[in-house]
Amino acid sequence: MKPFEAMRIAWEAILKNKIRSFLTMLGIIIGVAAVIIMVGISAGTEATISDQITSLGSNLVFVQGSFSRGGPNQPNTGGGLTFDDATAIEGNVNGVISVVVEQNSSEDVKFGDVALQSVELLGTTVGFPSVRDMKIANGRFFTQTEIDRKQKVVVLGSSLADSLFGTSDPIGQYVTVGTTKLAVIGVFAKKGLVGNTDFDSRVYTPITVVFQKFTPSEFARFLGNRVRMIYVKIDPKATLTDVTTQINLLLLRRHKISATGTADFTITTQQDIISTQESTTAAFRSLLAWVAGVSLIVGGIGIMNIMLVSVTERTREIGIRQAVGATPADIRLQFLTEALMLSIVGGLIGTAVGVGGAYLFGALSNMRTVIQPTSILLAFGSAAIVGAFFGYYPANQAAQLDPIEALRYE
Amino acid sequence: MNDSRAIIETIDVAKVYGVGDIQVSALKGVSVQIKAGEFVAIMGPSGSGKSTLMHILGCLSQPTAGQYILDGDDVSRLDKVQLAAIRNKKIGFIFQAYNLLARTSALRNVTLPLLYNHINPKTQEEGDEKARAMLELVGLADRINHQPHELSGGQQQRVAIARALINDPVMVIADEPTGNLDSKSGEEIMNLLQKLHSQGTTIVMVTHDSKIAAHTERTITLMDGLVNEITHNGKNHTAQEAKHETI
Repeated sequence: MKPFEAMRIAWEAILKNKIRSFLTMLGIIIGVAAVIIMVGISAGTEATISDQITSLGSNLVFVQGSFSRGGPNQPNTGGGLTFDDATAIEGNVNGVISVVVEQNSSEDVKFGDVALQSVELLGTTVGFPSVRDMKIANGRFFTQTEIDRKQKVVVLGSSLADSLFGTSDPIGQYVTVGTTKLAVIGVFAKKGLVGNTDFDSRVYTPITVVFQKFTPSEFARFLGNRVRMIYVKIDPKATLTDVTTQINLLLLRRHKISATGTADFTITTQQDIISTQESTTAAFRSLLAWVAGVSLIVGGIGIMNIMLVSVTERTREIGIRQAVGATPADIRLQFLTEALMLSIVGGLIGTAVGVGGAYLFGALSNMRTVIQPTSILLAFGSAAIVGAFFGYYPANQAAQLDPIEALRYE
Repeated sequence: MNDSRAIIETIDVAKVYGVGDIQVSALKGVSVQIKAGEFVAIMGPSGSGKSTLMHILGCLSQPTAGQYILDGDDVSRLDKVQLAAIRNKKIGFIFQAYNLLARTSALRNVTLPLLYNHINPKTQEEGDEKARAMLELVGLADRINHQPHELSGGQQQRVAIARALINDPVMVIADEPTGNLDSKSGEEIMNLLQKLHSQGTTIVMVTHDSKIAAHTERTITLMDGLVNEITHNGKNHTAQEAKHETI
């Protein structure tokens, strides 16, 4: 039997049982679509992250406070970082270009009738937009003078500005944050989710305003002006490890921790973030690949099941074909072609659903999806292999039938 | 019977089913000869071995012992693939239950054996042309695109006959070809077989109906796995005499 004839017969057999064929293919459709969508999401996430990291520049070091020290029997340094630490880094570490700090608080924000509860208030310094790659859409960011003078000004995240002001212009208006009235001087452009941080739903004020208005005073008296994070921008000509070593030693000394003790801060470089990100996304991607792979196998079992039913149902047809001269190889080819065709047509539909789904997902959600041609090939190839693998056994069962028994089958 | 060449020759063909204590001997040494152009009936009560003999003659199964020479070749020890090729090329089957493919046109049913003709494959056009000619021969020129469920029993059997002839077989094996038909349709089918016979086709027909068997030239009657008697042109022979006469 010519392969073309086998394909024609298989196609006719598939069309004779449209609903059954479709349900059989559904497993493959879902599997293939899942591979494409999941790989698309993971590739999109990766691309977003790598874009963000690249846009920040490779000469940025993050110093974050941690609370590993402290406890009932240890002198409590308060754990973490103070504004003075940042000043010390800027003043004492060689190779530092600039330092940006941030400290947060959770406050209710009101404007007119609109009140938003537990909005994240972020106090920071002038370099913030550049280290976090934030663009001003309207108005301006605050200046060093405004920080020094503890001016009560605020820059709004884009979604927060929408919630409070809708379409009207917020610049020059006053919003109430906690119990303090702050003048709106700018609105950030939409940034979207980065990791699980929503930059658009926050308000940003000078760090000095946070220290003065949004930190309990006893707290400040004992612990100094705490900051959550210090961004250190280093000279591209300086050696990264040299700078991080200097920062580490300086902070250990300032926090009175011995060189062998446990630090109450962590220093992270861009490279660290990239490696962590890569290993996380790699793990994420292989998890997705496994999930998708399992669904393809389930789809394959569906095909095998239906092909076995089909062989039993068509025993008489097999007998007739054998009587008029079909060899075992002819019969095997016929049923294998049918299984392959089910999985390949399923694969095609799955690819269409997957590409469409990934596109829709990217368009309708905040997440970016990147459709990778390799994932289409991979998904489609696996579908075909699954069809061949799970189609072989039923096809072989059919090929082994005895013609006399098959002709007698009712 | 000008052509005295033997199409079928079996020599002490035996068939045993099962193994060990549950062995059943369906055929216990059958020797028959059928010449080219003959129209022969095989009769016998159920259990006589006539179906088993038909399966062996049709290359659907193989003898346990003895030889079967078909069209000059010993086919008693061929493998499945070779047997399939022999069935395709040399044998046309007509079954009691027609055995057409459902939801498939008469034309496609008739061309079915061509799909498996690996030795002399025909193009689609050649095949279709031949199939149309065969359908015309059996009187169904106007039913080419009808599916089996749109045809009467007699018409379905005609399609089956056209299918049996498409690869120009050396013989046609008919298994109770009129068994599912009313007497009028049965008569028509027998007339068609007679016509084919008169055109030189070798036909072996298995039947239990002696009226149907009377259409043939010769009746081989089996009993308990052995040739019991051969009725030839109305004259009875014993198995022994028959063997002498036909060799």
